Amino acid sequence: MSSLELKDLYDGFRDPEVIKSFQKLIAKEAERLDRTVNIMEVCGGHTHTIMKYGLTQLLPHNINFIHGPGCPVCIMPKERIDHAYTLAQQEDVILLTLGDMIKVPGSHGSLQDARAKGADVRYVYSPMDAIKVAQENPDKKIIFFAIGFETTTPMTAALLDVVIKQNIKNIFFHINHVTVPEVMKELIDSRDEHVNSYDHRIDAFIGPSHVSVISGSKIYEVFPTHYKIPVVVAGFEPVDVMEAIYMMVKQFNEGRSDLEIQYKRLVTHEGNLKAQALIEKYFEKVDLFKWRGMGNVPNSALKLRDEYAAYDAEVLYKLILPYDEIDDHKLCICGDILRGFAKPQECSVFGTACKPSSPLGSCMVSSEGACAAYYKYGNLL
Amino acid sequence: MTKNIVLAQGNGGEENAELISKIFYKHFKNEILEKSEDAAIIDGGRLAFTTDSFTVSPIFFDGGDIGKLSICGTCNDLAMMGAKPSYMTCAVIVEEGFPVEDLEKIVRSMKKELEKNDALIVCGDTKVVPRGSVDKIFINTTGVGVVQKSGISSNSVSEEDVIIVSNEIGKHGATIFANREGMNFESNLQSDCTSLWPMVEKLLAEGIEITAMRDATRGGVAAVLNEWAKQSKVCIEVNEDALPISDDVRGICEILGFEAYNLANEGTFVLAIKRSDAERAVQVLRTFEEGSKANVIASVTHQHDGRVLLLSPWGSRRFMDLPTGELLPRIC
Repeated sequence: MSSLELKDLYDGFRDPEVIKSFQKLIAKEAERLDRTVNIMEVCGGHTHTIMKYGLTQLLPHNINFIHGPGCPVCIMPKERIDHAYTLAQQEDVILLTLGDMIKVPGSHGSLQDARAKGADVRYVYSPMDAIKVAQENPDKKIIFFAIGFETTTPMTAALLDVVIKQNIKNIFFHINHVTVPEVMKELIDSRDEHVNSYDHRIDAFIGPSHVSVISGSKIYEVFPTHYKIPVVVAGFEPVDVMEAIYMMVKQFNEGRSDLEIQYKRLVTHEGNLKAQALIEKYFEKVDLFKWRGMGNVPNSALKLRDEYAAYDAEVLYKLILPYDEIDDHKLCICGDILRGFAKPQECSVFGTACKPSSPLGSCMVSSEGACAAYYKYGNLL
Repeated sequence: MTKNIVLAQGNGGEENAELISKIFYKHFKNEILEKSEDAAIIDGGRLAFTTDSFTVSPIFFDGGDIGKLSICGTCNDLAMMGAKPSYMTCAVIVEEGFPVEDLEKIVRSMKKELEKNDALIVCGDTKVVPRGSVDKIFINTTGVGVVQKSGISSNSVSEEDVIIVSNEIGKHGATIFANREGMNFESNLQSDCTSLWPMVEKLLAEGIEITAMRDATRGGVAAVLNEWAKQSKVCIEVNEDALPISDDVRGICEILGFEAYNLANEGTFVLAIKRSDAERAVQVLRTFEEGSKANVIASVTHQHDGRVLLLSPWGSRRFMDLPTGELLPRIC
């Protein structure tokens, strides 16, 4: 019996012939559009796919991308990074987080700077790795600085579940989990006092699909029904994104605004109910959460429920954590980029004062941010 | 630059280059150093001279160990300047408590690799430091070689050249990753760690016109090509389809979000060869097991001077950039 190779899983989704066929189909369909349409890919993973595989170069000029705020590392405000920095500097603390978070600068520096000054900061591939670190360091407090959208939240909940069931005494949580639909609504309804409305700026959304593996496609229903904006939940391979664009352009031409799933191989309407129950058990919504580049967005983040306060590093370290508001860098235009008013190269500090190795703004900090992707891959046309 | 040294400054990429130029080049400035080649050419062009330190973790990995690596790494830097490795030094810093058995195993694999290069260790130094002062063992080797073919330089790549890689790329970096504690990968991956002098010797003997050579260590093939594009003020256009990458390396890149061309190699090198000699060079390389997947991967143009372009099989183009940030644990 021949076993399934990893490449069998992705080769077909990068097939040059399939990509070229979609390119032709989209071009033909787009001829019938009477105006330029703005498609927002909400998720940083999609931004990365579009730039890495050069998909903008394959599309007609009347299809425009707006790169959305769906990169959990990028949107983390300095206030929260300063929390991590402060926690990491405690003598008896080992701070754990996920990869990219290490290099994002807060107001005193990044976590890698904290580590260079002697703090014990480590990155893990899975939150479950925290258990081993806790066992090996019984005299230390292990704080998991949890980040991510609906995709990573269940893993944090599962870790807490194990910590409680196994009565592990030295693992704590600093929760920064955010949710996608609320920030999508914010992009349409905007409460930003400088701008009246973003209506009609976003014509369609490519829905983050890994989020929907957990939460189902049902979380996007409000957009086609209430806002009349089509949503196609798409996978992350180039063929997935090309097909999703084709599906959208067809919706425009047929005058529809539907919720469609392109990523049928993993996404269902209901999602993973077990994971949803686990999240529901341990987490509740926060009234307001500040997104870097976007400002405060209501109901867009999670915190541990009060009955689990004993595991909540934000509660335990309340007296030493900094709470000052910090403004985004004044030259940075990430807020405008995320809202579709500007492209990365229109920023005066893009590629000069602001680079992936020394980012000033949210869109440059992770490879999934729009500015970082433009810088890295060049946006050649 | 940051106030304290951060790990990203040792990545072989952008931050690493900045640290070297702003601290070391600033103070050590001289004509030979500024050529920034794999090995310095001294004594009126007769000798090549280079040094390298080895801190790889884990010290034993699939396809090699820190000892083999410490000889290959330095000898390969000499070979890349067209020099035959001859004399070497060996300095070892070893941690209190390190098993003597392991030390001997490491030294034995150094000896084996020295024989392949027909080189000798002629002086050395041993330091033992208290537990915790180093991680197990660090090795430094310095090598001198006699230049067999002069004029090989990363400053003279031109439109008349094509770019070749000598074998499948990214194997060493991917292997170290797969061998790391905490990673439970099952794969047949082996580091490509090998001595390159035999292949270079054959290319020279066959009279192949070599413009430039570089072993694609930290920063991988992308780092070499970007340096060449900058130093020679040309654009290098890489056909993505032509890059030889094994399925195992592809799989690890897929899971961890890396590009094979950013991963380190320890026995794979990049060559700029006159177009008329390219096919013959590939044929010579393919007679070696370590060169069996040699391939022409890129052409040289003036589309975007100083940059490397990657051409996709569906007709889009993007930059092939230097890696930034912390890519890997210690790999060499």
